[in-house]
Amino acid sequence: MAIEHADVLRAAHLARLGLDEGEAAHYLDDLGRILEMVDQLQALDTEGVAPMAHPLDATQRLRADEVTETDQRDDFQRCAPAVENGLYLVPRVVE
Amino acid sequence: MQWETVIGLEVHVQLATRSKIFSGASTAFGAEPNSQACAVDLGLPGVLPVLNEQAVAMAVQFGLGIHADIPEVSVFDRKNYFYPDLPKGYQTSQMYDPIVGPGEVEINLEDGSTRTVRIHHAHLEEDAGKSLHEDFHGMTGIDLNRAGTPLLEIVSEPDMRSAKEAAAYLKAIHSIVTYLGISDGNMAEGSMRCDVNVSVRPKGQEAFGTRAEIKNVNSFRFVERAIEFEVERQVELIEDGGDVVQETRLYDPDADETRSMRTKEEANDYRYFPCPDLLPVVLDQAYVDHLRDNLPELPADKRARFENEFGLSAYDAGVLSASRAMAEYFERVKDVCGDAKQAANWVQGELSGALNREGLAIADSPVSADQLGELIVRVLDGTINGKAAKQVFQALWHGEGGSEGNSADAIIEAKGLKQVTDTGAIEAMIDQVIEESPGQVAQYRDAEPDKRGKMIGYFVGQVMKASRGTANPQQVNTMLKEKLDALC
Amino acid sequence: MHDKTLTELAAGLRAGEFSSRELTQDLLGRIDRLDGRLNSFITVTAEQALAAAERADAARATGEAGPLNGLPLALKDIFCTRGIKTSCGSRMLDNFAAPYDAGVVERLAAAGTVSLGKTNMDEFAMGSSNENSFYGPVKNPWDLDAVPGGSSGGSAAAVAAGLVPAAMGTDTGGSIRQPAAFCGITGLKPTYGRVSRYGMIAYASSLDQAGPLARSAADCAHLLGAVAGHDVRDSTCVARGVPDYTTDLDAPLSGLKIGLPREYFGDGLSPEVESAVREAIKVFETLGATVRDVSLPHTHYAIPAYYVIAPAEASSNLSRYDGVRFGHRCEDPADLIDLYKRSRAEGFGEEVKRRILIGTHTLSEGFFDAYYKKAQQVRRLIRQDFLDAFDEVDVLMGPASPTPAFDLGANKDPVSMYLQDIYTIAVNLAGIPGISVPAGFAGNRPVGLQVLGTHFAEAQLLNVAHQFQQATDWHLRRPAFAEESA
Repeated sequence: MAIEHADVLRAAHLARLGLDEGEAAHYLDDLGRILEMVDQLQALDTEGVAPMAHPLDATQRLRADEVTETDQRDDFQRCAPAVENGLYLVPRVVE
Repeated sequence: MQWETVIGLEVHVQLATRSKIFSGASTAFGAEPNSQACAVDLGLPGVLPVLNEQAVAMAVQFGLGIHADIPEVSVFDRKNYFYPDLPKGYQTSQMYDPIVGPGEVEINLEDGSTRTVRIHHAHLEEDAGKSLHEDFHGMTGIDLNRAGTPLLEIVSEPDMRSAKEAAAYLKAIHSIVTYLGISDGNMAEGSMRCDVNVSVRPKGQEAFGTRAEIKNVNSFRFVERAIEFEVERQVELIEDGGDVVQETRLYDPDADETRSMRTKEEANDYRYFPCPDLLPVVLDQAYVDHLRDNLPELPADKRARFENEFGLSAYDAGVLSASRAMAEYFERVKDVCGDAKQAANWVQGELSGALNREGLAIADSPVSADQLGELIVRVLDGTINGKAAKQVFQALWHGEGGSEGNSADAIIEAKGLKQVTDTGAIEAMIDQVIEESPGQVAQYRDAEPDKRGKMIGYFVGQVMKASRGTANPQQVNTMLKEKLDALC
Repeated sequence: MHDKTLTELAAGLRAGEFSSRELTQDLLGRIDRLDGRLNSFITVTAEQALAAAERADAARATGEAGPLNGLPLALKDIFCTRGIKTSCGSRMLDNFAAPYDAGVVERLAAAGTVSLGKTNMDEFAMGSSNENSFYGPVKNPWDLDAVPGGSSGGSAAAVAAGLVPAAMGTDTGGSIRQPAAFCGITGLKPTYGRVSRYGMIAYASSLDQAGPLARSAADCAHLLGAVAGHDVRDSTCVARGVPDYTTDLDAPLSGLKIGLPREYFGDGLSPEVESAVREAIKVFETLGATVRDVSLPHTHYAIPAYYVIAPAEASSNLSRYDGVRFGHRCEDPADLIDLYKRSRAEGFGEEVKRRILIGTHTLSEGFFDAYYKKAQQVRRLIRQDFLDAFDEVDVLMGPASPTPAFDLGANKDPVSMYLQDIYTIAVNLAGIPGISVPAGFAGNRPVGLQVLGTHFAEAQLLNVAHQFQQATDWHLRRPAFAEESA
């Protein structure tokens, strides 16, 4: 499946990665060759094979409903780029 | 042209767990910003989700409550999108294999009839944080305390045909989740939020019209109003030759209208895929059976029991089973006084009236179920009459029965409201009234016998007045009739 | 002291020949003198290391010392360390000091080990050469013109150069085994779920696994014993008893059935690597093992499947780096989209962006079934290949990499770089354990023999590797670089 310039721009937007036109062209070339390699998968008949998401056939363990965490806001916000009154700041979100 | 409205609801219910769905942070409402956002909730590097067993149990209880299929295996997926209140850049949700399969909910309409709304599925997911738009130097502040609170998203089939049905459905869901105790159902605090899908089609047409999704409608009343507005908008649009656009709209309660959210955001592509940090949730039959066996009685069952066992009307049974608190209060009153109909009358009459006047929830009633039950007992055993009973209720409501007990008996005693049934005492009062009312006695005597029945009211009133309301009215009536007739 | 194994150093500490503080000081001195040319460390935590060494010495004095007490090691900079920069090789996290320790870090600290610092790596563990680090490439101590392999290149180079006796790494597609092979040391990737991923920065969650890189299989056995086991904070970490991995090290190999996957000896395998590996296998025959050919028919689909699954998971795992709560944030964002796009464009390097783009594209609407679902189906077939093979043989052997370490800058093309992982990548898809042990040289560059076992067969792999190391001395060879300052 060929990938096009617009696909790269679309993926970059979905992934919120800023790319200029030159970079997009460069990645288009790389991604084209990577996907060409990936396309070898299409040659394989996988009819009836269940998809495998985890290498072990384990099931989810459940945690007791207990509050185990304490307030560590100051510690966590020490590495935050912009906070005020305990809130993380971002450019204004328009609703 | 006749139009038919088609409505489907997605209801998000915050589950009443102590800790979050994937972390051990508290879910308590109203804490200092970000003080209940732990490393997992913040999406800090390297930390991982571990599923809360109570969230699973509550979801299954809901499923059992709507007679749904509970699949053996359910899977968490990631819904990928960027937003500041979504710390990881994805919401952990269930796209393909939800924890609750198809089920159904019975809704009660105003005319006392019921209808069934089908549930497509319900799935577990994590709530997002909150964006605060007050001015932080032109910035938005992000509070992630709510991030990771467990949500059960309940998705209905497009089975509702009017705003009233939609509101009734929302009430039914509210009633089920609060009966189960899996949510506090507090809509003002956002414990229950709802997205409404609305479309219209010409009556008789099978194909659905294009729908609009109204986001985040957060009260029963707003659901009704938002739908009414939206239906009118869509019908006008089509009748004017326009087309409904599939879009997301917001309901503005102040303007009482829905508005298109900016369509700048192109079609989303959430790139769902199974969350590799969580394994499939497998529920064994014994676990599900155990939860089923321990399910409380649900509103529909309670309503049926109130009708069949207590002989209440469909309407009364519906009102009294609408909330678990109401039903429990009523049943307690009934148990104490032993008379379901009297209990129903008092709870729906005096009590509900007083609660409504003061805007109180039944849980906050100053008159307890036991107190009300004991009051009714005194009516039933003839200690007080109906009029005095209302006085006693008011006194109980205002706590006049003393700091200890505040019981009906204490008030009856203190206010001297005990019914007078002593024949001699009543006779004395009757004699005095007759003596003091020669004119009325003469009129009575001169009247045609079939008119006298109406005229006796005056004498009863006078005797009751003389007894300060404590005389047994039936007794007064009978004795007066004998005395007056003897004079004729 | 710098060329001794952990086992030898532990004996020295026990005998009181030197203290942990002396050992730590000695190695910190070597890092100071030599690492300028290697670039194997991103952060050296000398102060904390000396304090930890003193605590270890004090514990020994009161008789509370476990077997690993006082032993120095290094941590790949992918493990969160409380209060210490945890960069994951990325500009994105250059300013990030983790507020907690990873599960692996906690366990190593509890065992009394002394961390000397955080080692260099390919950014977010994406790479096979350590050329993708924000902190610059790492050099191979055997040949400074060569790469050390990746992504745990700093850990492998530091151990090979005698800067530290052992280090922890992570392996998502070969990131422990291939650098161990390139640097002439022993590296073990445990079974998926054997070691907690808590606090280990995620690349591809269903493939990532932590493991040791050291100078011998016996050292790896000690370290695995210390870090393995259940951790309630990682849902994918298995609740299964941890055996004493040293118990069976000396078991004889007579009767061991070795399978040689035909597909691991085909086109693209360097003749020098092949001959070293075949010589190594002969050693096993002299130890009483039998050897036969087996087939892993879906081997050639492993790289294509991996380059769907790993980037898909990565594209989602790396969405949390958005410049809001931690990490790099661009200057003066015009609006929210600008904040996201510029912070991420500036914070991530080229290979990371490439994989985010592939993963985003293959998961997007219209492509999901053809790519992601297909790759997951193939993943099951690949695992089945291994399970079928292990019905017939005890272990599989082959090269860890088709070539010895290549020159820095030699693999400019991403696809040809990806193909380097042909022998290691399927192992992660299947979740089985694998170990790479030194097995000779191609010129001046080491060659690694890879041994694979079925799920949770770590004890057997360590036994096989240890017996090989009792019969050979490849693992005792040290690069001249390590002796320069001695």
